[in-house]
Amino acid sequence: MELLFAILIAILTGTGVYLLLRARTFPVVMGVALISYAVNLFLLAMGRLRTGEPAIIGSGESYSDPLVQALILTAIVIGFAMTAFITVLALRARGELGNDHVDGYEEHGREPERQRQARNAADNQDGAEGTAGEPEQ
Amino acid sequence: MLLALIILLPFIGVLLPVWFHRHGRTACAWATALPPALGLVLLFSQAPAVLAGEVRRFSLNWIPELGLNLAFRLDGLSFLFCLLILAIGLLVILYGRYYLSSDDPMGKFFALLLLFMGAMLGVVTANNLLLLVLFWEATSLSSFLLISYWNGRSDARRGARMALTVTGAGGLAMLAGVLLLGHVVGSFDLDVVLASGELIREHAWYPVILVLILLGIFTKSAQFPFHFWLPHAMSAPTPVSSYLHSATMVKAGVFLLARLYPALSGTELWFILVSMVGLITMTLGAVTALFKHDLKGLLAYSTISHLGLVTLLFGLDTRLAVVAALFHIMNHATFKASLFMAVGIVDHETGTRDMRLLSGLRKYMPMTAMLGLIAAGAMAGVPLLNGFLSTEMFLGEAVAQRVLGGWSWVIPVVAVFAKVFSVAYSIRFIHSVFYGPSQPEALPKPPHEAPFFMRAPILILVGLCLLVGIVPNLIIGPLLAAAATTTLASPLPYYSLAIWHGWNLPLLMSMVAMVLGTVAYLNFARLLRLWERLPAVNAMDAFENFVHDVVIVRARQVTGRLENGSLQHYLSLLILGTVVVAASGLWGLERLNGGVPLSALDPPSVAIALIMMVTAIYSAIWHHERIAALMFLSVVGLGMALIFARFSAPDLALTQLSVEIVTIVLLMLILFLLPPRSPNDSTYAHVVRDGLVATSAGIGVGVLAYTVLTRPQQTISDYFIQNSVTGGGGTNVVNVILVDFRGFDTFGEITVMAIAAIGIFGLLDGMRLFDPKKDPNVQWASDKYPLLLLILNMPVLPLALMVAVYIFLRGHNMPGGGFIAGLIVAIALILQYLANGLRWSNNRMQWDYHPLVGAGVLLAGLTGLGSWSFGAPFLTSAHDHFHIPLLGEIELATAMLFDIGVFLAVVGATLLILANLGKLKSLDTASEENR
Repeated sequence: MELLFAILIAILTGTGVYLLLRARTFPVVMGVALISYAVNLFLLAMGRLRTGEPAIIGSGESYSDPLVQALILTAIVIGFAMTAFITVLALRARGELGNDHVDGYEEHGREPERQRQARNAADNQDGAEGTAGEPEQ
Repeated sequence: MLLALIILLPFIGVLLPVWFHRHGRTACAWATALPPALGLVLLFSQAPAVLAGEVRRFSLNWIPELGLNLAFRLDGLSFLFCLLILAIGLLVILYGRYYLSSDDPMGKFFALLLLFMGAMLGVVTANNLLLLVLFWEATSLSSFLLISYWNGRSDARRGARMALTVTGAGGLAMLAGVLLLGHVVGSFDLDVVLASGELIREHAWYPVILVLILLGIFTKSAQFPFHFWLPHAMSAPTPVSSYLHSATMVKAGVFLLARLYPALSGTELWFILVSMVGLITMTLGAVTALFKHDLKGLLAYSTISHLGLVTLLFGLDTRLAVVAALFHIMNHATFKASLFMAVGIVDHETGTRDMRLLSGLRKYMPMTAMLGLIAAGAMAGVPLLNGFLSTEMFLGEAVAQRVLGGWSWVIPVVAVFAKVFSVAYSIRFIHSVFYGPSQPEALPKPPHEAPFFMRAPILILVGLCLLVGIVPNLIIGPLLAAAATTTLASPLPYYSLAIWHGWNLPLLMSMVAMVLGTVAYLNFARLLRLWERLPAVNAMDAFENFVHDVVIVRARQVTGRLENGSLQHYLSLLILGTVVVAASGLWGLERLNGGVPLSALDPPSVAIALIMMVTAIYSAIWHHERIAALMFLSVVGLGMALIFARFSAPDLALTQLSVEIVTIVLLMLILFLLPPRSPNDSTYAHVVRDGLVATSAGIGVGVLAYTVLTRPQQTISDYFIQNSVTGGGGTNVVNVILVDFRGFDTFGEITVMAIAAIGIFGLLDGMRLFDPKKDPNVQWASDKYPLLLLILNMPVLPLALMVAVYIFLRGHNMPGGGFIAGLIVAIALILQYLANGLRWSNNRMQWDYHPLVGAGVLLAGLTGLGSWSFGAPFLTSAHDHFHIPLLGEIELATAMLFDIGVFLAVVGATLLILANLGKLKSLDTASEENR
């Protein structure tokens, strides 16, 4: 069971990371969801796998680890708030930028000309003195 | 204490010139002279003890954890340098008063000078290596400010920048060396370091430490191949050159050679490195100096040459060489400082320093000419002057040493060669400026003698040159002995400071050099033509091109490659980095399986896990079809709930189930407003790269989980299990942790949730949207609200609300609680929106969700505060049994109030998010709904 559980966590992490690396916002949101599943399972694994031993006093001889469960419970709820926030952020980004690419522009790995010019102008201001000084006396 | 005061005085005194600046130039100079004058008095009060061989120490803890203490020591070596720094500093202040014109900001100049003086005193008296490095850097910084004093001039700024870059880089190397050294010795305390020379030299790191520290020394003392910054630093005002670039700062390097001599010297590596660098520097400097037309340029290269000579002496394997080196440091400081001052006078009174224009100035400034003549004589090593004595000692040691084995004769031969040029440039300095035909019309200003007080410092220094040259033992005998004893850390070898040692080899070498030097000067024009045929290298341009290449071009290439503007690229690097760090941690593990027996597989669990794996992979593969991928994702989420139920976590199962529903509803709403498909914009190579990153991350996490799962558990949960009923009044330990033990965390969490909801509300405000109905690629269903959902929904709402109350009430003892109840209510209400439409629902639910969120957080907070009124800490829970008619005995805890707050916050936040998203949609469809 432990091995199966570890493989499940591995696959959820792997697919989550893969989706996280996609170029569009929606797959990234799904990737975040998958990774939070993996993280929650990982947290559960920290309390080890117990069957039929809920952490309810009086229900049995021994109990599963309640601390990791409390952690996961808050993680699930916070995760929902975070997912909601980034989806709406993605929505807003599409509204402002006209596309849903994570970089904010469609062409992969290339800045729009206007941004590039602004950045180069800022770079050239320093270091100009070093190259174009007066001749030595 | 007195010792610390000597170092502290200049730093305190920095304020004086700034303050007295407004009271005139003379007052300003007097005020500035106060700290060094006082310092000198204090120093001389220590003289008897120090000259007798005592070491004065002062120590104050600063950051003892780092081994950094404010520790100072005054021994013979420190005394010698303190004397140079304070006395020459005093003369430079007097000189600077007359040198600076009324337009120059004098307060700033003197303040910087004092700052430098303090830093320099710190270097020579520090008794802690880290402190020494600190002051060392301070001298670099203050000299940067002094060189660029005329900051309106481009050459001053560029020269200052180059000096700072070179000495700063060397300082960094030295810091690395010092840190290693401190690590080897186990202390940065100089007393300890100097006493563990044996340990250091035999350590495997010794070569690294030596090279790093020598880098710092050679850059500071302008040794080959780092000598090029010094000539360009000559754009500084002449008092600065006279002070920093002849007497003090450039001597910091050779000072450190002397300081660390007991700890680092004595190995073959030391002798070879130090003597060879010194030899090359000495020769190169002497030859170049002859052909410089700028007077300060000549002096700069001459300084390089003499520093090379001192370095060479420290690299010779005779003990007497160290005495000669210290002696020459003193002599060079006196004659070179006075020469710089003389050049300053020439420059000041004629407006030029070009030897091709200057001629016959003897007629106009006889006094300066005479002083210059004597100082230049000392530089050339003329008998009866101090330079002669140390040069004789140098030549004697050059003959006596055996550094290069069978090739040792090279050193004296090269030394004579360098000395020939040294004599030649000394003659040129005097002859071309003060002798020859006078031609005042060629000069920018009509020449005349300088004011007396400007000549006075030169007079004093030249007087010292003479005195030391004639009666050396009387003047500096004891001081030299004390300094050399410190450096050698043992009794001194026999030497005599007499003028006449009889006819011997050094004297012969000196005479040969004198004659050949004169011959060389007579043939100067011919030599110059030869020199000019050599390819000219402009160090400044070469340096700036190098810096430009490294800092701008190369750095930009690296940055451009790493930061190409693609977030995907950054993220993949980040994840890979994490994998590498985590994997290196796992690497040391002997075996993955920790030995705890694996639990048995059962068919339902295997089925659930397999379904989750397959759907997760499908959602990744088919992510371009967003609705399909979302369906797969929801299967994974439901599988999560089943897993939680399977592994003894009923609370989690309930929460996961309800959150999953809310999440999917949310994502469906979002998908309405985003494109339903992702375009295929990853290249094949990208897919492979991301696949590899994802696989390695997955394997890493999986291995980590497996290694933990197969190892025995240690938990702190027993405390919660034991105290849940007695301390929290509930049997559901998870819930008791949430609302009681760790209630403060939960309070923070619902606050975060409320902030997220309000943040979303803010983001949605004024959002520009695409009208999905206008997308030609999508076919939208035109059905009205589904009838079946509408009908079913009617009984669901009251039922759901009842279930929520039940779940909430039992939460403290059985699986349930505020979180889950809140989510159930939220789902039931959202269902109303989905089934009946926004208009219908809004008419029936006419309240805002903001107050609900606020009320929830407030209630939770107030519950916590309430415990204060009973004198208990924040969020302490009270519980008791109550008898209620009909219901019977129940137990109530104040934690329940807290849980109500959680409940309200969750309901409010969820609905605030979803209802507002729904409203967005309605802006476009409002007209349709009206039909």
